[in-house]
Amino acid sequence: MKRWLGLGALVALALVSAVALGPAHVALSDLPSSAIVRSLRVPRALLALLVGGSLGVAGASLQALVRNPLADPFLLGLSGGAGLGAVLAIALHVAGPWALPLAAFTGALGAMALVYRLGLVGGAQLDPRVLLLAGVAVGAFSGAITTAIVSLAEAADLRNAFLWLWGGLSGASWDTVLVMAVYIPVPLVVLYAAARPLDLLALGEEPATHLGADVEPLKRRVYIAASMLTAAAVAVSGVIGFVGLIVPHITRLVWGHRHRALLPAAFLGGGALLLFADTAARVSVAPRELPVGIVTALVGVPLFAVLLRRWGARG
Amino acid sequence: MSTVTPLLSVQRVTYRYPDASGDALRDVSLEIRPGEFHAVLGPNGSGKTTLIRVALGLEAPAAGTAEIAGRAAAAWSRRDLARIVGVVAQREDNLFPQQVRETVLLGRYPHLSLWGAERPVDRDAVTRALERCDALGLADRWIWTLSGGEYQRVRLARALAQEPSLLVLDEPTASLDVRHEMELFELVRVLVDGGGLAVLMITHHVNLAARFADRVLLLAGGQTAAQGTPRSVLSRETVERVFAWPVAIESFDGHPQMIPLRQPKEPA
Repeated sequence: MKRWLGLGALVALALVSAVALGPAHVALSDLPSSAIVRSLRVPRALLALLVGGSLGVAGASLQALVRNPLADPFLLGLSGGAGLGAVLAIALHVAGPWALPLAAFTGALGAMALVYRLGLVGGAQLDPRVLLLAGVAVGAFSGAITTAIVSLAEAADLRNAFLWLWGGLSGASWDTVLVMAVYIPVPLVVLYAAARPLDLLALGEEPATHLGADVEPLKRRVYIAASMLTAAAVAVSGVIGFVGLIVPHITRLVWGHRHRALLPAAFLGGGALLLFADTAARVSVAPRELPVGIVTALVGVPLFAVLLRRWGARG
Repeated sequence: MSTVTPLLSVQRVTYRYPDASGDALRDVSLEIRPGEFHAVLGPNGSGKTTLIRVALGLEAPAAGTAEIAGRAAAAWSRRDLARIVGVVAQREDNLFPQQVRETVLLGRYPHLSLWGAERPVDRDAVTRALERCDALGLADRWIWTLSGGEYQRVRLARALAQEPSLLVLDEPTASLDVRHEMELFELVRVLVDGGGLAVLMITHHVNLAARFADRVLLLAGGQTAAQGTPRSVLSRETVERVFAWPVAIESFDGHPQMIPLRQPKEPA
């Protein structure tokens, strides 16, 4: 119970600091009435919570699925697919406020479908190891096509595409918050329903089967739901690395490995981490802004190194 | 023939792995009823594990039938089947660190509803299963601190937490020392005699199977070499033929015991 209160307090603190802090100084008493706060900071903070949470849950579930504690949602080729989608949209001059997010989302789903197809061994069974390799391959391949398109495109277009892809949460609006809030509950519920069978899967596919889990449908559901979360996250906020890798590890240290507790904790923890990272990205070099993916990497990589050492020490 | 419906019934089963040139199993039959301890013996690659996979509906036989509690094995949902059959597989992973009580609680999965939490009856079942395996003292230990024998007892407790009628053990004493393998066989025998459990055990221990099991199935090259009581199965001729090694069979405590003979090298 204490752990949950602590996590709740952390999320609250992250939300408050995200709303209170920014390049423009707003007095504490003016916060509720400020237009900057209401139309920019609050939706951005909520979006950070939803995206960070989605990445945390996607990472925790995928680590159990591919049975590799070093799996990251973006390791499965989705970022490559999203980037390709976005760059194609820009190269083809597709216009409209939702053009880029939709193109990135479609690209991510395309990559997901391709990786899934490659991961089906013998047409029936989803092999997590092949899935991982297919993800890396599809990511590299779509990255190559993206680079080819970018190198043939106008310089300004190129800059736009990359800024967008690494742009983080700067495109946040109430609309994107609404879309995410409506969209993510479905994959989240699917993954939460898979929490117990995911515990079994950590023993191996055969022992999980003997304990009563339907392993093949389970793997498919988890892969698709986690990818749907990641695709939505990349569509509204570009590629944000390390949240999906680091957060499940930290929550595992505190909550253990039972996914019923781990998944909700990973959601709140991922939300809090991204909130803090985004606040730092906005404030640290104001009036300019760091891509939030750089902040999560700057915080995440050292943290990850420490975790790896712990892992090795026990191993 | 008993009139009780067998818990496990495999009738004249033939199975061939995809792309294999020969049958992994041919015309094998096996029936297990409550309170019986069956051992499956045979050289490496004789089809022991395949037989279990077919019997539990994980592989579909090319010919013959496999039934659990009177119903086709493949027709059961994995969840319903897991309430009847507990399996200790040869291998399992420990991807994430777990405590003993936690891993035994995983055995309650087939009894839990999708959204519901573990109930007191589940915690009681875990405690009872640990007690029966003499592992209650290990409940709060981390898995990675257990010895091989302790770990096997914990895995057995997890299968018992499923509250099954049939227990399937695939080489549970591999890599255990004498004391631990004897303890495990004694424990299994107690579960059968005291709890009315049916047990199917794959093992390489011919002599322990002969002393503890009620019936023995001896497989060779996917076919039944002999089947019945240990005394009727473990004759010198049969054992020598199946394992391709000269042996002597002695009687100890009323059970046949196999002594592998040395093959003296001919002087050059």
